[in-house]
Amino acid sequence: MKKVLAFIDVVDGQPGEIGYELLDFARQAAPEAELVAVGAGPQAALEGLAGADRALWTVADGYRPDLVGEVLTAAIVAEQPDLVLVGSTAVGMDAGTYAAAKSGYASIAYVRSLEPLDGSLAAQSVILGGKMVARVAVPDRTVLQVLAGAGSAERGRVPGRPAQVGTLAEPAAKASFEGFGRPEAQDVDITRHDVLVSVGRGIGDASNIELAEELAEALGGVVSSSRPVVDAGWLPKARQVGKSGNKVKPKVYLALGISGAPEHLEGMRDAACIIAVNTDPAAPIFEVAHYGVVDDVLDFIPALTESLRVRQG
Amino acid sequence: MRIAVVMKLVPDVVEELVLSEDGKRLERGDIALKANEFDEQALEQALLLKESSGAELTVIAAETGDVDEMLYTALAKGADRALKLVGDGLQDGIWNAQYAGILVDVIADVGADAVLTGVQANDDLDGQLATWLAAGLGWSFATVVSGVEAAGESLIAKKEFAGGLTANLRLPLPAVLGIQASPEPPRYAPISRVRQIMKTQSLEEREVTAPAGSITVLSLRPPEKTGGAEMIEGDVQAKAARIAEVLAQQGI
Ligand SMILES: Cc1cc2nc3c(=O)[nH]c(=O)nc-3n(C[C@H](O)[C@H](O)[C@H](O)COP(=O)(O)OP(=O)(O)OC[C@H]3O[C@@H](n4cnc5c(N)ncnc54)[C@H](O)[C@@H]3O)c2cc1C
Repeated sequence: MKKVLAFIDVVDGQPGEIGYELLDFARQAAPEAELVAVGAGPQAALEGLAGADRALWTVADGYRPDLVGEVLTAAIVAEQPDLVLVGSTAVGMDAGTYAAAKSGYASIAYVRSLEPLDGSLAAQSVILGGKMVARVAVPDRTVLQVLAGAGSAERGRVPGRPAQVGTLAEPAAKASFEGFGRPEAQDVDITRHDVLVSVGRGIGDASNIELAEELAEALGGVVSSSRPVVDAGWLPKARQVGKSGNKVKPKVYLALGISGAPEHLEGMRDAACIIAVNTDPAAPIFEVAHYGVVDDVLDFIPALTESLRVRQG
Repeated sequence: MRIAVVMKLVPDVVEELVLSEDGKRLERGDIALKANEFDEQALEQALLLKESSGAELTVIAAETGDVDEMLYTALAKGADRALKLVGDGLQDGIWNAQYAGILVDVIADVGADAVLTGVQANDDLDGQLATWLAAGLGWSFATVVSGVEAAGESLIAKKEFAGGLTANLRLPLPAVLGIQASPEPPRYAPISRVRQIMKTQSLEEREVTAPAGSITVLSLRPPEKTGGAEMIEGDVQAKAARIAEVLAQQGI
């Protein structure tokens, strides 16, 4: 392996953690390869990327999906790397597969690790809601969409800019950017609570949220949730945990009727104590949980609330 | 505006996932398939656009399993046309690059100027369909979209990032959108209505040939146990009592 490109997410002028993770991931997978960071954003976003040998940068503001896709395509065409890494993020989803398709590279998504395979590489991809891992041969000239957490941001972030920074002209984009929307002030900040009673689609119905509220009250915590519960309108967006919601790190995280999809795990896997309740003994949430209960949440939640009340007298 | 909604069947991961003899794929005949939930969101978003701006809506699905019910349900919800893509090899499932390869011509024939599909599916190992399609068609695009409005010759799409940050994007038509969530939860089509549609409307069919796929799966297996959880046994009261004890140990 001679050359690896790592695509650096930049949103609202800020580089995301994933960029540093990819730099680390690249160094672990191909220590001998030249490592080139690619991205679009302000020059300031190059700070911390000194772990890359070089950077190819487009100075751009705002955010346009086809712009990031075209920047990555142009970098691939110019550099002809053996491997391209993008994050499994909202930016990576715009850039990765699009650039692969445009430049004739192969595309493999949801990659959590790489392993050697007869002088080449195999990727391990987490699919089917976390229930299966596919080992996939990585052909020469492939774009990998890498899951958050696959590399270490701490190791990947190196103060300073890459020794060499080349510029990529801003490509033409069809989309135009009309501004960012910021989350509204939140009634409850779930990132600040020690105990989260988190409900997933397994809670069944909006009317059952009340059971979780009662449990949260008995525990001195608050109710949070997976994304489908928010999309269904059962809880406000501020309560969502995961990739497109909040990253939380409570002392105790109760996952009630949550399957444990990678996008959810991304937001809560660092909780000190994870207790999962699910009717499906094969639910991936049990892989990250410390304690597991196979049961119907509609039976279990009232039983636990009752147990706590008895203990508390 | 003419909207095409592209849907696909995916393995229902709540049901048992049966592996093929060679351990490289799921045994499609022995697993349950269902509509990709994000495609359902895309359909709902398209129905809302139809209601607000009078778009014509065609729902498209390749016959990678029994797609009839999914397509009739879309008609029952308000789609104008339903197109089933049939052909050899589809029943074994296809990768998104192959699906996109098929769809480029189909979408041109439908005359669509906007394509909505789910942001991802649980089996898209070779990357997401929306971007395969956008690259193939050469159209403007956005993924992870949770709200779309018609604005003359453009669509205004709300794209989501982490932590509740969003971007408002103006996408000139024609455009491809990978939908994460519709502003409203997917509507429900009563079975009686779906049955009635089955009697009065029919699915259009089109023969297609899938290009070769480019992914080589070496093996497929459940994740290896990494220690995992201490599983609590007993009746529900006993389990609840044990968890209450665990919580007390955590100082809660
Ligand atoms: C770009 C992107 C961003 C995303 N961001 C997020 C995010 O921020 N947060 C997030 O959560 N998801 C996110 N998702 C969605 C994610 O992929 C999953 O779809 C979602 O996490 C599933 O939520 P769930 O576990 O509640 O539902 P499901 O996966 O449907 O799981 C429901 C679970 O409940 C169990 N169950 C059912 N009935 C009962 C019962 N009576 N008692 C006990 N258990 C029961 C089932 O066995 C199942 O395991 C994102 C997806 C994309 C594409």
